[in-house]
Amino acid sequence: MPWTSPMVEKYKSQYGSAVEAQSYLGQNYFTVDRSLIPNILRLLRDEEQFDYCVDVTAVHYPQREKQFDVVWILYSFQRNERIRVKTQIADGASIPSSVAIWATANWLEREVYDMFGIKFDGHPDLKRILLPDGWKGFPLRKDYGILQQDKEWVQINLGIESGQ
Amino acid sequence: MLNYITSYLGSPVTPGQAGNQLWALIYVLIIFAGVSVVVMAMNWLERKALAHFQIRLGPMRVGPHGLLQPIADALKLMLKEDIIPSEADQFVFWVAPLIGLLAAFTVYTVIPFGPSQAVSDMNIGILFMLGVSSLGVLGIVTAGWASNSHYPLIGALRSSAQMVSYEVAMGLAVVSAILMTSLNATGTGTLSMIGIVQAQQQQGIWFLFKFFPLGFIAFIIFAIAMVAETNRAPFDLAEAESELTAGFHTEYSGLRWSLFMLAEYAAMIAVSAIAVTLWLGGWMRPFPNLLNAPVWEFIFSLFPALTFAALAGFALIGTVRMPSHSFFKIQRIGLGVFALLLAFIALVLLLIAIVGHNSDNSIAARTREGIDYIYWFMLKVSIFMYLFIWYRATWPRYRFDQLMRVGWKVMLPISLGVLIVTAIVGVVVK
Amino acid sequence: MTDRTKNDHAKDVPNAAAYVGGTKLDTSHLELETPEHPYLDSNELIINMGPQHPATHGVLRVILKLDGEKVLGTECVIGYLHRGVEKIAENRTYTMFNPYVDRMDYVAAVSNGLGYCQAVEKLLNVEAPPRANYIRVILTELNRIASHQLWLGTHALDIGAMTPLFYTFRDREEILKIFEKYCGARLTTHAFRIGGCLYETYAGFEKEVKSFLKFVAPKIDEYEALLTTNRIWLERTKNVGTISAADAIALGVTGPVLRASGVKWDIRKAIPYANYADFDFEIPTGENGDTYDRYLVRMVEMRQSLRIIEQAVNGIPEGPIMAKVPKVIKPAVGEIYHSIEAPKGELGYFIVSDGSTQPYRLRVRPPSFVNLQALDVMVRGMLVADVVAVIGTLDIVLGEVDR
Repeated sequence: MPWTSPMVEKYKSQYGSAVEAQSYLGQNYFTVDRSLIPNILRLLRDEEQFDYCVDVTAVHYPQREKQFDVVWILYSFQRNERIRVKTQIADGASIPSSVAIWATANWLEREVYDMFGIKFDGHPDLKRILLPDGWKGFPLRKDYGILQQDKEWVQINLGIESGQ
Repeated sequence: MLNYITSYLGSPVTPGQAGNQLWALIYVLIIFAGVSVVVMAMNWLERKALAHFQIRLGPMRVGPHGLLQPIADALKLMLKEDIIPSEADQFVFWVAPLIGLLAAFTVYTVIPFGPSQAVSDMNIGILFMLGVSSLGVLGIVTAGWASNSHYPLIGALRSSAQMVSYEVAMGLAVVSAILMTSLNATGTGTLSMIGIVQAQQQQGIWFLFKFFPLGFIAFIIFAIAMVAETNRAPFDLAEAESELTAGFHTEYSGLRWSLFMLAEYAAMIAVSAIAVTLWLGGWMRPFPNLLNAPVWEFIFSLFPALTFAALAGFALIGTVRMPSHSFFKIQRIGLGVFALLLAFIALVLLLIAIVGHNSDNSIAARTREGIDYIYWFMLKVSIFMYLFIWYRATWPRYRFDQLMRVGWKVMLPISLGVLIVTAIVGVVVK
Repeated sequence: MTDRTKNDHAKDVPNAAAYVGGTKLDTSHLELETPEHPYLDSNELIINMGPQHPATHGVLRVILKLDGEKVLGTECVIGYLHRGVEKIAENRTYTMFNPYVDRMDYVAAVSNGLGYCQAVEKLLNVEAPPRANYIRVILTELNRIASHQLWLGTHALDIGAMTPLFYTFRDREEILKIFEKYCGARLTTHAFRIGGCLYETYAGFEKEVKSFLKFVAPKIDEYEALLTTNRIWLERTKNVGTISAADAIALGVTGPVLRASGVKWDIRKAIPYANYADFDFEIPTGENGDTYDRYLVRMVEMRQSLRIIEQAVNGIPEGPIMAKVPKVIKPAVGEIYHSIEAPKGELGYFIVSDGSTQPYRLRVRPPSFVNLQALDVMVRGMLVADVVAVIGTLDIVLGEVDR
């Protein structure tokens, strides 16, 4: 369902077809072109007062050409409004980091890197956060089997066969 | 032979002064044994009281109501593996708890349990006490150093800084109490511990209430400083587990650690004894001048017996309330025997009080007097012991810099002020 | 006897090299201040507050760079409790995943369940009936009180007061008894289902909740009597771990931490869910954003929760407790983000559905994870002893941080 609002009009007029705005079940989201990141995020923070970055996450669609959806969930205290900003990137591509815009994004982007392998340019300290440093593979990708990690890690590190 | 023994029962001077080495040695052994027993009892009381503050029961299994718990703990610690870090300085590591123990126990030579019930009444008693108890710091520092690990070292340094800074305030508070001893006819005070209590006796007032509130403030300063001296809550950074460093006794296990604990509790008892001697009238019973009729003497002399009777009563109630399940049979019997023992002691004390109630020079009278002195002294010290436990249960811990700030910026000026004002008031009153 | 002087334990652990020094501290990213007066011996220590803590926060490793006693910078190493909950979610149906959700913030399991069930209900575009919502609110607010009580006990213990721990745990028992009677479990309750509640309130539920309210109000006064005006507590918590409102918003901190910094924002009021708009309660805020304010905010929150529960329990409407939800839950293709005010902060669920019975992607936005990021900012310039206090005041649960 399309989303209309003055803010949407403004960005559509500014960026044209690179910005799409939809609404599903009452929740509004932008789908933007990767080239607009980080500018549109910065504009959202500075002009539209979305000063609270709720979450940065990603979704993996292996069948698509641009496999990853990177999602920012933003909230504005003044407007009491929550929106999502989505962009699509290809496997192996990197995306500019939004740490300079919201300090929250630091660990959130690290987790996205840890789980998906998406690199964020300009991130001050992009390394794994939840998994041990030497881990191979990115678990939340769809091609990462749920049992495979257990067998491999257990075999290498504990020297026994996994019981799974 | 009997004369030889009984002659020393009512001796007006301490064995040290009389030059009697045998009795001095016997007193030393009695004190050693007594302090060890009291430390064990303190250990039990601490666990039980802390538990009751925290709405739980504390040790209940090892002996009835956990009474044998300290013995079990001591046994366990003795049987534990003695771990010495390989990089540690072996000799210093071994000697550090001994230094602490030495400092804690040597103080007892001057602590007066009565007018002649002390090992030796040095005429520099209080100075000796202050000096020797400072040696405890050395034990802590050497322990931290010898462990060769930076957590104990940091803990030891912090602890030693804390102890040193509170010693200043403690010393000044002590001096203001000493000043008050010189408010007599000759105008000379005394540093001897027995002399201080006798000065309170002469002046007819505990130094706690002297020149109110000066004596009281000096007492409060000493009371706070003594908690900091012994590394107890709320000044227990050195032994706090939830802070970063685990303290100077991290690397000590088994018996060595228990020596540190022994030194700590002995030091607690020692400083409480000092506080009692200096401000609370030592061995004197309450209101010796106000209520000095013989009947009051008799009533107050019944107190030791009454205390033990009350303890026996508690033990008896505990026995009666214990479930009559076969699982508890041994505990019940044990507690009952303990109750009977306490009752027996109460009975003996009652007999002594009754038989010796007139103040003639008979054996019974002298025994009664001696027991009374020791009883009142120990009662006052016990109040302090309970307060130590109460503080630990109630208050959070001071951060190290706040601790030092309190010691230097709050306690020191106040104790200096009290000292000066006491001196001025003393001169004016003269 | 083994020669203890040689440190060759590493050879017994296969592939140990990956773990020995695996978290080599690269401090170049921390903007560390160098001390103005370089001393003869550099006082900079790197101290590791290892995964095993005396303080009961879970497995968190904090690497501190100290200048003597002052903290120059920290680095948190987390992930010791990472169980791959989000990956598991992609392999379970929506209903099957419900119990997993409790295990994240195990202290406040009911809130987790509420958030998840509401998120899926939103995706299905159904509304839980009012009676179910009232029951949910009562249980969630009870859990909020329980979570804050646990927080208070452990936080006071870290600072050195050992007694409040026992008092709060004793009082928390009453709440856990109510949970046990309601759904059979004390801690990981799995109390709600997608569409409403499965269990009706048991006979005597209202009475027990009301008597609990009467029971616990003086207990909260007891905790306050022990701590709020205690001089030592004030000295340990005032101006410790201060974070300004601007920093808090920039760092994405939510919950009592944000409110103590002065931002009056609570999702229950801003974006009400589950009939919270029916209830009248206040949102406490602090002024300075230090540890003491966070303590006060949480104490007031406990009392406000009591208010909400009282209103809820006096007015539970009659009606069904379960909405009409299909037996096999297959939401339409789409995404949803739903968040609630958990005791720790904003707990959010971002669910992407591809039309099948299993979520395509389920992302949990954990409040403790984001709040823990603020630790670095909060302890700069503090002393070592304050680090423990600040970790306690952030109220983190590692199950939620690591998922």
